[in-house]
Amino acid sequence: MQFTSMILSNAEVSPGYWRMRMTAPPEFASAVPGQFVMVRVSGAIDPLLRRPFGIFDVGSYTPQQSGAAIQPCFEMLYRVVGKGTALLATLHANDLLDVLGPLGTGFTLGEANEEKLIVGGGVGLAPLYLLAKELVKASKVRLFAGGRTRDDILCITEFERLGVECYTATEDGSLGECGLVTEALVRRLDQLQGRATIFACGPHGMLNAVAGIAAGRNIPCQVSLEGYMACGVGACLGCVAPGRTHSAETPDFRCVCTEGPVFEAGELKWRD
Amino acid sequence: MDSTAITPDMTVNLAGIPLRNPVMTASGTFGYGEEFAEYVDLESIGAMVTKGLSLKARAGNPTPRIVETPGGMLNAIGLQNVGIDAFIAKKIPFLRTVDTPVIANFFGATIDEYAEMARRLDQIPELAGLEVNISCPNVKQGGIVFGTDPACAFDVISACRKATGKPLIVKLSPNVTDVVVMAKACQDAGADALSLINTLTGMAIDLNRRRPILANITGGFSGPAIKPIALRMVWQVARAVKLPIIGIGGIMNATDALEFMLAGATAVQVGTASFINPGAAQQIAADMEAWLSAHAVADIKSLIGALET
Repeated sequence: MQFTSMILSNAEVSPGYWRMRMTAPPEFASAVPGQFVMVRVSGAIDPLLRRPFGIFDVGSYTPQQSGAAIQPCFEMLYRVVGKGTALLATLHANDLLDVLGPLGTGFTLGEANEEKLIVGGGVGLAPLYLLAKELVKASKVRLFAGGRTRDDILCITEFERLGVECYTATEDGSLGECGLVTEALVRRLDQLQGRATIFACGPHGMLNAVAGIAAGRNIPCQVSLEGYMACGVGACLGCVAPGRTHSAETPDFRCVCTEGPVFEAGELKWRD
Repeated sequence: MDSTAITPDMTVNLAGIPLRNPVMTASGTFGYGEEFAEYVDLESIGAMVTKGLSLKARAGNPTPRIVETPGGMLNAIGLQNVGIDAFIAKKIPFLRTVDTPVIANFFGATIDEYAEMARRLDQIPELAGLEVNISCPNVKQGGIVFGTDPACAFDVISACRKATGKPLIVKLSPNVTDVVVMAKACQDAGADALSLINTLTGMAIDLNRRRPILANITGGFSGPAIKPIALRMVWQVARAVKLPIIGIGGIMNATDALEFMLAGATAVQVGTASFINPGAAQQIAADMEAWLSAHAVADIKSLIGALET
């Protein structure tokens, strides 16, 4: 669906990372964790294309006017990386945005009572909070959050409030363990008793490592991919990712925007 | 609206295909129609042009395939498509339910392949016409090779002409020295209409990585930034050939579309705009009608080539 959204708040939560809360139509409440929105950050022709953002949270707010009904809203967590996101960071409450969404195929929650291991790198945490919110209803959830420095570790307090057990790792050691988040994940998996499912979102190198770890231990793993996309609805074919059996002779490109952004890791082609 | 407001006649005839209005969707920007059904009343637009089809499914290029530039975007998809068999099996059943002309865009690697595609598409009753792509800048074979040499273009269009009785539209490349020469070659070969322009070849560089942004290095440039070039080419070709012309290139709104008609276009195709606003084609058609009403133009056909110079 396409709608005009009013910004409720837009704040920098860590250097270079912003969190925006905005209004949504009632139908938005059916958004699935892992789905995304395409936002037009300006009505001008530069930047021209919409920008994709994971849905961080879906909720409701009460307008300040007395007697106003409770309204649905959603949140995005984004990193300022270029012209579009820089422009987004200059917007304020009451500014309007043209939004398309919720789009794409989100996470499958899996069975209750098995351990859920969530792995997020940097702004890859964006779609994982709404996921954690759903998963804690029926399962033990652990979050492995990684980044280059402490500035890249976002919104941990929110996850902890859900009852998620959080592990952090930074490459410079400025927060949590010094090293890669996948090392913490492996240690947890070594102690694992019973079944588990892994959910991951972050840089492609991290996803590649997580997919390899999951495959090696035969643990179900879902990954959320990023892709350069123009449309978000499966038309431009800009954002494709190669499927497991893809080759030039037997093409198997999956559309990140419609078939994804969440895929079973085993469905995709990874580097060895 | 005052009581003298008129309801303008928005219909045009495109080489025998009656269109309820001149707004079509451009190949490669509207999927196979179904992707946009949630956002667009598909029966409010003039016609739909499919993603370019080939005999066999094609993988397309590696990623990144897309990059935005000021006022436009570069794409190097590489003609990824489902192939004609899957098109017939999986896409036609939906398109059959929509009361809007469907035009199949297609390409081949050789003249024989082009002709074979034309022959096979000719057998599909749901198709109102065919659009031959001789202008894709992103693949090594086919596409642009035929689109930049008038003798090659003549041969490939002649072969397609013999293979189909359906209206045959040729999509022209702007990446030529003289687009009029190409247009005339296609007219001589028996084309029924011309669509122009396809994307302009361009590139973008990531300075810090010292690498091209697109995996294909170069890509096709589209979007509002190319409109002045497209308008100029439509105007040049319209004065030089008798065929109806479909104007394409950076059309974002009704004003842009009407300008193309003044320059000589019988219809227009909306491309990149559908990526930004999936309802763009419908909106543009509605806004064109509103403009005609506001300016007391009774028939949109009266604007075709009506540029005063």
